[in-house]
Amino acid sequence: MNTEENQLIASTTVAADYLRETEIAEIEHERTLYPDARAVGLEALKIVQKHRGWVSDESLRAVAEYLRLPIAELEGVATFFNLIYRRPVGRNVILYCNSVSCWIMGCEQVKDKIAGELGIDFGETTTDGNFTLIPVPCLGDCDRAPVMMVGPDQHRNLDRADLGAIFAQYRKGKE
Amino acid sequence: MTTMTEKTKVEIIIDDVAYQVNADSNLLQECLSLGLDLPYFCWHPCMGSVGACRQCAVKQYRNEEDQDGLLTMACMTPVQPGARISIADPQAVDFRAGVIESLMISHPHDCPVCEEGGECHLQDMTLMSGHNYRRYDKKKVTHRNQYLGPFINHEMNRCITCYRCVRFYSEYAGGVDLAAQAAHHHTYFGRHEEGALESEFSGNLVEVCPTGVFTDKIFSERYSRKWDLQTAPSICTGCGVGCNTAPGERYGELRRIVNRYHSELNGYFICDRGRFGTGYVNHAERLQQPQDAEGKTLDAETAAARLREIAGKAIAIGSPRAGNEANHALRKLVGEANFHGGFSAAEQACMDEIVAFAGDPAFHNPSIREIEQADAVLVLGEDVTNTAPRIALALRQSVRNRAYELADSARIPHWQDAAVREIAQHERSPLYLFATGATRLDDVAEASVIDTPSGLARQAFALAHRIHADAPAASGDGGGNAAQLDQIAEQLAAAKRPLIVAGAGNGQVELIRAAGNIARALHKRRGNGERKPLDLCLLTGEVNSMGLHLLIRPENSLEAALEKLASGEAENLIVLENDLYRRAPHARVDAALNTARTTVALDLLPNRTTAKADLVLPVTAFSEQQATYVNYEGRAQLAWQVHRNHSAARPAWQWTGEFAHFREALHDCAVSAPAMARLVEVLPDTSHLPGGGKLPRQPERYSGRTAMKANLNVHEPKQAQDPDSALAFSMEGVPARRDATLLASPWAPQWNSNQSISKFQDEINGPLRQGHGGALLLERGAGGGFHPVPEADEATGIELTPARQIFGSEELSARSEAIRKRMSDAYVAISPGIAAGHGLTHGAAVSVRGEDASITVLACVRGSMPSGVAALHASDREIDFHGLGARVSLAPAAGDAAVALDRGLGELIVSDLAQGS
Repeated sequence: MNTEENQLIASTTVAADYLRETEIAEIEHERTLYPDARAVGLEALKIVQKHRGWVSDESLRAVAEYLRLPIAELEGVATFFNLIYRRPVGRNVILYCNSVSCWIMGCEQVKDKIAGELGIDFGETTTDGNFTLIPVPCLGDCDRAPVMMVGPDQHRNLDRADLGAIFAQYRKGKE
Repeated sequence: MTTMTEKTKVEIIIDDVAYQVNADSNLLQECLSLGLDLPYFCWHPCMGSVGACRQCAVKQYRNEEDQDGLLTMACMTPVQPGARISIADPQAVDFRAGVIESLMISHPHDCPVCEEGGECHLQDMTLMSGHNYRRYDKKKVTHRNQYLGPFINHEMNRCITCYRCVRFYSEYAGGVDLAAQAAHHHTYFGRHEEGALESEFSGNLVEVCPTGVFTDKIFSERYSRKWDLQTAPSICTGCGVGCNTAPGERYGELRRIVNRYHSELNGYFICDRGRFGTGYVNHAERLQQPQDAEGKTLDAETAAARLREIAGKAIAIGSPRAGNEANHALRKLVGEANFHGGFSAAEQACMDEIVAFAGDPAFHNPSIREIEQADAVLVLGEDVTNTAPRIALALRQSVRNRAYELADSARIPHWQDAAVREIAQHERSPLYLFATGATRLDDVAEASVIDTPSGLARQAFALAHRIHADAPAASGDGGGNAAQLDQIAEQLAAAKRPLIVAGAGNGQVELIRAAGNIARALHKRRGNGERKPLDLCLLTGEVNSMGLHLLIRPENSLEAALEKLASGEAENLIVLENDLYRRAPHARVDAALNTARTTVALDLLPNRTTAKADLVLPVTAFSEQQATYVNYEGRAQLAWQVHRNHSAARPAWQWTGEFAHFREALHDCAVSAPAMARLVEVLPDTSHLPGGGKLPRQPERYSGRTAMKANLNVHEPKQAQDPDSALAFSMEGVPARRDATLLASPWAPQWNSNQSISKFQDEINGPLRQGHGGALLLERGAGGGFHPVPEADEATGIELTPARQIFGSEELSARSEAIRKRMSDAYVAISPGIAAGHGLTHGAAVSVRGEDASITVLACVRGSMPSGVAALHASDREIDFHGLGARVSLAPAAGDAAVALDRGLGELIVSDLAQGS
């Protein structure tokens, strides 16, 4: 049975961008954890995004060809998940919660402040390439709402926080 | 979807009425089988239930006393004996109204400019669910549409996210380039980037989509509403399968083809050649008047008289693309002894063998429905996707029988589509392919045996011997891999319903004989306990290849006809709907045509044969005439005339003057050809028609009748008469409201879309109430024996085999504008090894030299092909394929030769184009 390798029936093979050795090594590790290539698709996209910041059309094609998955199907996976970025993002992605608890605690006003501070709205990236602002439904920290993530870090009680100082540390120190 | 045999019936109560329904089904399917109106979207009769849309909610009660009940999705609820449900319950009605309202939130108000309008399942269900006022006043979600190629329009804003398109396109038909993108309210169904949809079955999206997201682009360019189209039941003439279709005509133009349900053959789906390949009917170059050799127009009577005048000393060559009546009339005109087949020598040999096997009681030639039930399949050499595409779609379903077995063991009903797929994962019933390279079925195949055609035949003979020792052995396993052949033999022998597929498509008679040996070996191995005939599906090339073969004497081949002419034994020649240059070496055709005193060609478009004829008689196209055709199973089917041809073109049987009426021609054919005796059974029983009356081809709402010719004459012309059938070129009369064998455009109150077909079926997926279309002609007679293994061929050189393409290999569809946009140019497919050895690169011009001919085509370098074979595709180029002989040599052609082959190879969809191409 063809369980290991999916076969494609179509001629979707066009010379694609290549995957780097480190990416391939990580994808191959994931492959050992799943029964088939299709299941590895999402992990492979995350690996490429980790290394390149986002998933370009070329990267998508490279992953699809490497795993021998239909590219349309992999695009379905990539676009299903909000946190797979199919457009370039800034060096720091701000995931800003605008769900119920944060809304009660005034996230809309805070968001206006952030927008003022950075000069961007949801879905936009600052001109210096430092920040991209994206809404998320919940970050699991409702007792300290409103909350956001900047890169890997959670920031809480934003209504009382010094937003300027928070963003400053990412501008300078963590580039 | 699965077997139709021996269904257990149980009683359930729907809205206080007791009904007998199938026990192994779901409530939605049974409600529809009973003719009840219950709205739905995501369910499809061929694809089962997934419970995605929530539109088919009903109330189910626990028992007699239960007054409250529970809302449940009918499509996801199994039938239980004694179940009590309600469709009319106010809560259920209210729930369904809420569902449709939310589905419709972003749906545009564009019905007046939407091609689906008037035959839209979404319109029907919206009305049925009582949603007639939009309360939502916020911004709608809008999408960007994609270019999806020359066949299909994309309008994503109309989508209601039922997922039927991807369930058909990728899960049912195996396409990989259409998928659901994104999520929530911005879910999008499209390709990863713009481009032609690759699947050979993409056109079915037009009918599968319940609204106007995917529409027929060809039809859209010359559009009419469903109710403005004149239609009649027809048969697709694109290959030898004989799918049932419903062509639609307006203003004298054939506007579109849609599927017409046939429970044993095409079911709900046809291929893209069938749907988009009939544009040639409207071709500007259609022959309209009889012409002599100088191109001078003759009047019809003079021309017909000349035909009869020369017939006395003429031989005639029939046509596998013409109906039985045309072939028979010509046969009658010149006499049986002078009537020849119009097959190439290779195809004639294949057809002789196919017809011989068709009479063997050890075998059964399965319908498509039966093919879907095979639990182990071997395809021998035939590139089914390109020669009989609808069969390839059926083979793709056959591999799912393993999934149904697993589902049975877990007590999952077969209609639980997602669950059945989930439990099966990658488990499939075995499908083995013997091929000269990668095919479009590889993704569902257990394994492919790749070899040259003669190598495949030797391996196949060896396989037969491994299955049963009585089958003659091929030396050294025919060069095959013994372990692999053993595995195939075991799987086929272990199967409950094995199926062997071969065909005339590649002109290799030894492959057909080998297929016979394998099937016979399997049949013998079953022993005396079970003598059920074994499924042996032998595909015929064209719509009436089988019918033509049944009308000719064994010795009356095309080769013999050319010989009779060249030797002077015959004086004149009559050619019926056949371009002889496609069938025989050009030099031999030239010799015959040059020697013949008078050549008469009957055809609908000019070709190389009509160009050489002394008299050309224009004939009607398939939709302009009534005819019967015999498919690969030996099933004769009637194609009704849909519309009239306004030129001097006539059906060929009329030109001969042998018969005054179609029925006479048909009856005489049945009487005078023993194998055609049952042909009369295809004629409909019209005894029940009111007042012996005529049935209208046009719907009641047909508009413009008095106005459509007012620019020519303000007086309304008399309605044209149809003396040859029970149908009228009119909107008057009582439509065949209950009989879809007479009504090509099904409609039922509240059901304007094609989904109304359920109102014409015995039960969902069952036969139409009036029975199957067609009559199986062939009687099984005496059994045959094993064929000997052919002698190994000592010849050197590269073996030549034809490469078929769904778009381009069939003569008439290749002259349709839409198909031409998807055709590649003429090419010869070779292995990378041969290419390197001859200094050839992919896409470069190559000179192919054979016995009596030398041609120039493009080199197509395919990584999966074995060395020693060249697969030649002629496309629409005037290539002397038969002049090349069995072996060829290759050489790079002059540098500028590729310029003339300007179609290129870009439209080819194959998985093994060599790297760097």
